[in-house]
Amino acid sequence: MADTKQKEALLNPLFNNNPIALQVLGICSALAVTTKLETSVIMAISVIVVLGFSSAAVSAIRHYIPSSIRIIVQMTIISSLVIVVDQFLQAFAPTASKTMSVFVGLIITNCIVMGRAEAFAMKNPPLISAIDGVGTALGYSLILIIVGFFRELLGSGKLFGFSILPLLNEGGWYVPNGLMLLPPSAFFLIGLIIWALRTWKPEQVEANG
Amino acid sequence: MNHYFNIFLNAVFIENLALAFFLGMCTFLAVSKDVKTAMGLGLAVILIMGITIPANNLLLQYLLKEGALARWLGSDYSQVNLEFLSLITFIGTIAAMVQILEMALDRFFPPLYNALGIFLPLITVNCAILGGSLFMQERDYNFVESVVYGVGSGFGWALAIAALAGIREKLKYSDVPDGLKGLGITFMTVGLMSLAFMSFGGIDLSEERALTAEKPAIEKVDAQKDEPLINTNERK
Repeated sequence: MADTKQKEALLNPLFNNNPIALQVLGICSALAVTTKLETSVIMAISVIVVLGFSSAAVSAIRHYIPSSIRIIVQMTIISSLVIVVDQFLQAFAPTASKTMSVFVGLIITNCIVMGRAEAFAMKNPPLISAIDGVGTALGYSLILIIVGFFRELLGSGKLFGFSILPLLNEGGWYVPNGLMLLPPSAFFLIGLIIWALRTWKPEQVEANG
Repeated sequence: MNHYFNIFLNAVFIENLALAFFLGMCTFLAVSKDVKTAMGLGLAVILIMGITIPANNLLLQYLLKEGALARWLGSDYSQVNLEFLSLITFIGTIAAMVQILEMALDRFFPPLYNALGIFLPLITVNCAILGGSLFMQERDYNFVESVVYGVGSGFGWALAIAALAGIREKLKYSDVPDGLKGLGITFMTVGLMSLAFMSFGGIDLSEERALTAEKPAIEKVDAQKDEPLINTNERK
């Protein structure tokens, strides 16, 4: 029983209740980093770490947080974690940290983190909250990595910086699509992902747009 | 004067927080169903950004920067660099400012308070606000520049959400494929808007370059060479 519940908390957000595609959460901070697969993966890992730990921490002290100041308490926990991640990246992945500039800091205001703390971690014990946090972050990472994959592959013919489609101006055949490197393409890709997901699972279709 | 005007224009059109940096997207998508509420929220964002970004700028310059503490506590502290605390400081300032503004509006301008309603507290977690402060830190704006940048980027965000809300009101009457209904088509719309805003990217604010000497211009070229994958707009 407990096992199925944990599994559900981990896997549900991937397709059934995807934070980006269905809950419209956390789109803010992340999309600008998806021009390359590498930064998308780093962003995804950071969010998984922050969300997992913040859910566990919030849930562990949930009985001691007065409800009137809970937002500030959650914010403090989350921003401490984000500072740790930020310093870690600056120390061990300086180039990536530079590319992502302010967007690491913006994990703080990523609505997913606040949303999970508020909606799940405040009501459930630490272990399941941590699993739920990681699951939600995985659902988020999935979209991030799909978008990053297509943007880097189509925009510059590379994956993780290695050439996959040889470019025309380097003697290959592929003409890169510059649009994929501009912000609008991320919106189009997410729109298409949502379309695909909802065609696959029609119960997610909104009745009235 | 021209310099400040350019920062303003840059923040409103070329580096629009919502459409070029995807900031504040959650509220951007959730609250853009009709023009009136969107305008209310936009107003609140302009207010908060106009206050918090300069406030954070002051905190950064006089407390957090390397050596800033020496001014207050003597030369023993000239090595102290608290900039790693900027994230938590900024979010604290924003949360506090939102709270103060809420109380002040309630006391002195009840009509405005009622118009903004639920949106005020929501703004604390709006990524655009924190993003604005972080960009201010990254670009080393001084105090006056940060005021201009704060108001400008808030204005740009408000402009974008009001425009999106207008489009969505019209969109209600169109026949959208089932899977795209609601969120999907909104994303597409924002993508198209963002594409339209990209066209401002070609505008060259040449006076700004002339005023700040050649150095930034050279850096810009270098940045483009080093990181060809990143949209030049984002890296400016």
